[in-house]
Amino acid sequence: MMHNESITEQLHALKIGKYSSKELTENYLYRIKKLKDLNCYISVLEESALRAATDADQARAKGKAGLLSGIPIAHKDIFCTKNVSTTAGSKMLHNYIAPFDATVVAKIAAAGAVTIGKTNMDEFAMGSSNETSYFGPVKNPWDTSRVPGGSSGGSAAAVAAGLCSAATGTDTGGSIRQPAAHCGITGLKPTYGRISRWGMIAFASSLDQAGPMTRTAEDAALMLALMAGNDPKDSTCIGDDVPTYLEYLNSSLDGSCIGICEDFFTDGLEAKSEQVIQEAIKIFEHLGAKIKSIKLPHIRYSVPAYYVIAPAEASTNLSRYDGVRFGHRCKDPENLNDLFKRSRSEGFGNEVKRRIMVGAFTLSAGYYDAYYRQAQQIRRLIKNDFQQAFKEVDFLIGPTAPQTAFQLGEKTDSQIEMYLQDIYTIAGNLAGLPAMSIPVGFSSKLPVGLQLIGNYLQEGTILSAAHQYQKRTDWHKCVPVLAINKVQP
Amino acid sequence: MKIEDYIVENIAELTQLKFSPGELSSIGNKMSEILELVEDMQTVDTTGVEPMSNPLDATQILRPDIATSENRRDVYQRSAPETRDGLYLVPKVID
Repeated sequence: MMHNESITEQLHALKIGKYSSKELTENYLYRIKKLKDLNCYISVLEESALRAATDADQARAKGKAGLLSGIPIAHKDIFCTKNVSTTAGSKMLHNYIAPFDATVVAKIAAAGAVTIGKTNMDEFAMGSSNETSYFGPVKNPWDTSRVPGGSSGGSAAAVAAGLCSAATGTDTGGSIRQPAAHCGITGLKPTYGRISRWGMIAFASSLDQAGPMTRTAEDAALMLALMAGNDPKDSTCIGDDVPTYLEYLNSSLDGSCIGICEDFFTDGLEAKSEQVIQEAIKIFEHLGAKIKSIKLPHIRYSVPAYYVIAPAEASTNLSRYDGVRFGHRCKDPENLNDLFKRSRSEGFGNEVKRRIMVGAFTLSAGYYDAYYRQAQQIRRLIKNDFQQAFKEVDFLIGPTAPQTAFQLGEKTDSQIEMYLQDIYTIAGNLAGLPAMSIPVGFSSKLPVGLQLIGNYLQEGTILSAAHQYQKRTDWHKCVPVLAINKVQP
Repeated sequence: MKIEDYIVENIAELTQLKFSPGELSSIGNKMSEILELVEDMQTVDTTGVEPMSNPLDATQILRPDIATSENRRDVYQRSAPETRDGLYLVPKVID
């Protein structure tokens, strides 16, 4: 079925005229309507998507197809899209129409892709279950009583349910990888700075990074090559040339050395997920890789350091929402202070308010050294641990999440339990390393994700390893029942 | 670490957020929970470790001081809740 094909397969089908981009786009739009209860999308851009699809078909007929011509892509609603509602999952921005395109959006559109819609997400990307969205939670296509993970849950669920060819996501503490794991798809968070953050609504600027969410590692390589690269509008963007990732894909794993971080296999990891991960490790051995046990002594402080640094940066970034220039404004403010306070209090949800408060606290006089400075020092120790490890191994593998997708509402009352869902992903953000999640099996009919962490700018290495694994296995081809049922035009 | 109500009130003031008395104590408890979670971090000896604010240790990169953006005030003000004659409107600040 066309909606479950990879981008690579779809591009081939478009090329040989098996179907048109218009047909492909119509098929997705129809499915989005039929499966709207999953709540994957905040906005569906039916009209403009059909126009772009027709344009793509015409361009292809004239021999002027771009690298993604006619492929329907969804963007997380954190990316500004010109003249389209961009909410970041918040009431604060429920009425915000972006006046420009984020660099990522512009680059993907320039390659000929069809922007099909904007996906649901945790409010301002703060959450691990998509339940903090002002627009309601997304349901996991594998079991609709469960969460899709977060914060890029709408993107992950949309790819898994066959509601777009691929999607963009952002990852500050695991927000691409953890939902990718829970929805059984491939998700890549590149090196910090590899992709421009311009036009991506800020949460924690030293951690935020955009990335592709796809069906295969090959598609992720294709998307990354388009998304990455220097951007004069983002001074933290890495200037190095973008490698041709697709060329890396067929490098053999023979003779490579993979590190297994012992600290990732502790009591917190669900037994059945661990079994699935161990089986995946064996496949990598069969592919010719040597496995080496690695110790990262400071990794256990990742969650504490993150919950100081991320809220601190968030409290600063979110100070821009004041009810004056854009976003929600309270009714009949008595004075300027009342305008600020009520607009912010009405516009932000509880989780966002909590993080702003914690961030402001840890940055305040008397607490700065004990919290913020200490967290930034631990961050360096974590980076040093990884650098030490990469002297011995080519990349690391382990679980993406401690458990499979949990029930909706199961953890909403326990914020700490929710925070611990990112226990294996956060270190990658603190160190700024590229990391991805790929599906490697099931535990009680729910997908399990394997995480691969590479050294700086070594996206090619982990993408190639993931591709080698996907050539050997079929887990990435498994789709939920509702992606194969009769939802067809 | 338990955060006292007066500290929560002060932080709410600094962050321009408004809470009812009930919300204030609940958010204080949640903040205390988070600070308990991060407490573990205090046991690490970080003497002499340079704090890391950017994963690639990049320092502030400045672009040449040349104006590149055109004036798009009208476009940007379309998103504003209230404007008049190109100005953003707020409640009266000075009587």
